[in-house]
Amino acid sequence: MLDLTPREVKERSALRINPCKTCQPVGAMYAALGVHGCMPHSHGSQGCCSYHRTVLSRHFKEPAIASSSSFTEGASVFGGRSNINTAAKNVFDMYGPDIIAVHTTCLSETIGDDLNSYIMDLDLPEGKIVVHANTPSYVGSHVNGFFNMMMGFMNYLTQRTGTPNGKTAVFPGWLNPGDIRELRRLAGLMDVPATFFPDQSGVMDAPMTGRYDMYPQGGTTIEEIRGLGDCAGLIALGEIIGAEPAELLRKKWKVPFVLLPAPIGVSNTDQYVSALRRASKTEVPAELEAERGRLVDLLLDSHQHTYMKKAAIFGDPDVALGLTSLALEMGMVPKYVITGTPKEEFTRRANALFSKYGAEGCTAKANADLFELHQWIKNEPVDVMIGTTYGKQIAKAEDVPFVRAGFPVLDRYGGTLLPIVGYSGAIRLTEQITGALLDRFDRDASDEDFEIVL
Amino acid sequence: MGTSALSVLEERKSSISNERGRGVCCERESVSGAVSQRACVYCGARVVLNPITDAYHIVHGPIGCASYTWDIRGSLSSDADVYRNSFSTDLRETDIVFGGARKLAAAIDELMEKARPAPRLIFVYATCIVGVIGDDVEAVCREAERKHGARCIPVKAPGFSGTKTQGYKLACDAIMALLGPHRGQPKRFGVNILGDYNLAGEMWIIKGYLEQIGIPAISGITGDSTYESLARAPSAALNVVQCAGSSTYLAERMRDEMGVPWVNVSFFGVEDTVASILRVADALGSPAASAGAREFTARRRAEVLPLLERYKPRLAGKRAAIFVGGGFKAISLMRQFKELGVKTVVVGTQTGRKEEYETIGSLADSGTVILDDANPAELERFMLETRADILVGGVKERPLAYKLGLAFCDHNHERRRPLAGFEGALCFAEEIHKSVRSPVWRHVKGGAS
Repeated sequence: MLDLTPREVKERSALRINPCKTCQPVGAMYAALGVHGCMPHSHGSQGCCSYHRTVLSRHFKEPAIASSSSFTEGASVFGGRSNINTAAKNVFDMYGPDIIAVHTTCLSETIGDDLNSYIMDLDLPEGKIVVHANTPSYVGSHVNGFFNMMMGFMNYLTQRTGTPNGKTAVFPGWLNPGDIRELRRLAGLMDVPATFFPDQSGVMDAPMTGRYDMYPQGGTTIEEIRGLGDCAGLIALGEIIGAEPAELLRKKWKVPFVLLPAPIGVSNTDQYVSALRRASKTEVPAELEAERGRLVDLLLDSHQHTYMKKAAIFGDPDVALGLTSLALEMGMVPKYVITGTPKEEFTRRANALFSKYGAEGCTAKANADLFELHQWIKNEPVDVMIGTTYGKQIAKAEDVPFVRAGFPVLDRYGGTLLPIVGYSGAIRLTEQITGALLDRFDRDASDEDFEIVL
Repeated sequence: MGTSALSVLEERKSSISNERGRGVCCERESVSGAVSQRACVYCGARVVLNPITDAYHIVHGPIGCASYTWDIRGSLSSDADVYRNSFSTDLRETDIVFGGARKLAAAIDELMEKARPAPRLIFVYATCIVGVIGDDVEAVCREAERKHGARCIPVKAPGFSGTKTQGYKLACDAIMALLGPHRGQPKRFGVNILGDYNLAGEMWIIKGYLEQIGIPAISGITGDSTYESLARAPSAALNVVQCAGSSTYLAERMRDEMGVPWVNVSFFGVEDTVASILRVADALGSPAASAGAREFTARRRAEVLPLLERYKPRLAGKRAAIFVGGGFKAISLMRQFKELGVKTVVVGTQTGRKEEYETIGSLADSGTVILDDANPAELERFMLETRADILVGGVKERPLAYKLGLAFCDHNHERRRPLAGFEGALCFAEEIHKSVRSPVWRHVKGGAS
């Protein structure tokens, strides 16, 4: 497996090997699937749409709908205006969504399609909406696509009526439906009426009913998005994915925000709960205190097995930072922390976490790839890898225990239904990480050292 | 809101037939706005070339196309694993403005400097925007060949320049470019197997059959292929074409330019497997191979049929829907379902050709719905109308089938068990059986059983 990876690390400036990111449009598609009654629309070649739907289907084990402008040679020369016109008509006629969320691709960006004017000129059926976001594949990563699409919705739809709606807005960032459910449960426990945007729960984990709903129950409604401007405040989760949309809502409608790390681990969850408490009139209920207590109890029970264990953590910036924070809380050494997304803010924040816990000899890198991570691991191995499925080749090649988290996870079932956020998510991750370490301990133990009790 | 009540788009009507395929319009572009199941030109090219396991497949373009095609095809290798890595130039905004050719040349240089053993074969896939920004990929590849002495073959595959089928053709041209310098070898007794991608090791099964009846497999194009093995391909006495959609064009070029005749085969289903082995042996004109083939197929057929027979009562009365890439596979699957006593009620392909739809029509019962380039809404509508119990399809169809309460069998690159040959026919029956008879359906409202 990966026999070709040499130990010696040499600087590469042009060649990307084994990426830890993908392109913007898939992020836009995922964000749009978190809006109720929405058809994501890919304005580009057919393959883009097909690839994005495939990777989403593989991760969530759910249908992922999206339509395509199906660019041809003609469109690439004369522009995609007629494609959008035809597409909007066909999509509303045939699939009947309430809203179409168009995102661009590298092709439509490069040929200079002006979606603003195309959409303005559309002749739409009564009550139907088309919004768009520019998501050039050659800028940033899929993470940018996600927040750009959020901003696309907000630019077109948000308003301020002057009458506060008494709600708090929560931008959960790129998480699984199980995570969003958990975040909403916490808001409920704290008695905070909240609008989660976007919200893929109920959409990308739709229950089996024996029939196929193209637009399942879940998703942020158009009304809720409109109402974002009337929210009393905003909790934006994910310091990297949440920053720009939060800033937009503040600039546009003066909605104050707090920008917090993805609530993975004890202290990050504490920060989310504190923000909810500030938005709420109630104190943290005993039930939630107990939940936190159980997590800390677990960390204590298991700390001798995790202390100073070295971890390689990789994936999207906010999830990777959250996992790093939890690993540090578990007494582990997050030896390598990488993301493919080119955001130097990531490196800065990871280094800040290292210093907060006095972890030494750790490397953080944005705009990195898994080939480089593999080389580092070859030079100085780790005890566990935590990240997306694409780490499994390295884990096999170097025989490292592997815990899956983040996007995409293509080779396991059920993970998208359960949280990694909140106290309960941290309990789940702690169980998984400790389990992976102890499974390895048992596997490698000689018969004399093989013990029933650990 | 469900879509089953929604009407079929006017433009789509000519692509659907329930009169034994009469007049299904195919081989045309998808409608803008359709939730099509189709992929693109790059995808087609990559699918065909990917199983060249010691090649460096460099995607020249923004990162997405490299990410989405990274080690997902399930085509197995007995040797090299270079192809399981993802290489790309990861073009950024500045490259779009100033051109990406220099970055591509630098990427190839970095590869040649650092990869050991030194790469001998590189494919450079130019995706959507490369032509638009004016990169001369051919010149970069020519220069790289001159500089490094490795083969560096451009595959200009912008997604918008046609359908997946166009990508197959580009891949076949790339293979011809690779084989070019090796033509003119003396012919020898043996075959190339074209259009089998060694998914779940199927190429190994087919090669094994041929070798058992004394026919050497010289090269697989492409499945478990290496530069070395491909270079021997022009010496073959016969090309055996498994996936007609992707490889007929290559077979024709090899016939015209290298004097290798070809026959069409399908190793899906017992009857097609038997017929195919006999056809290969007879086409080679070797009485010994023909006799061997008759003995071998009779024996294996007699072994497997009773095993398949056991599934028949358990599948009796079930109704199947088929939605696959190519027409030839759809035809084999219809026959295979017939062998199992299962009625095919819906047949669709992404890229089926006119003559294939005619064959499909001739195999279909009246009332069987036949459709080209279907979208989920159409699939849903027709599967429900025809009360299908199981869908055979690919990754995008699986969750749809489950949502509708249908059993499912992956006949695309997510299959983990071989579905070709005698073993494969048995696996296929097992896979169908496993999904149709799962106790999970007891918990599903309105489910299959």
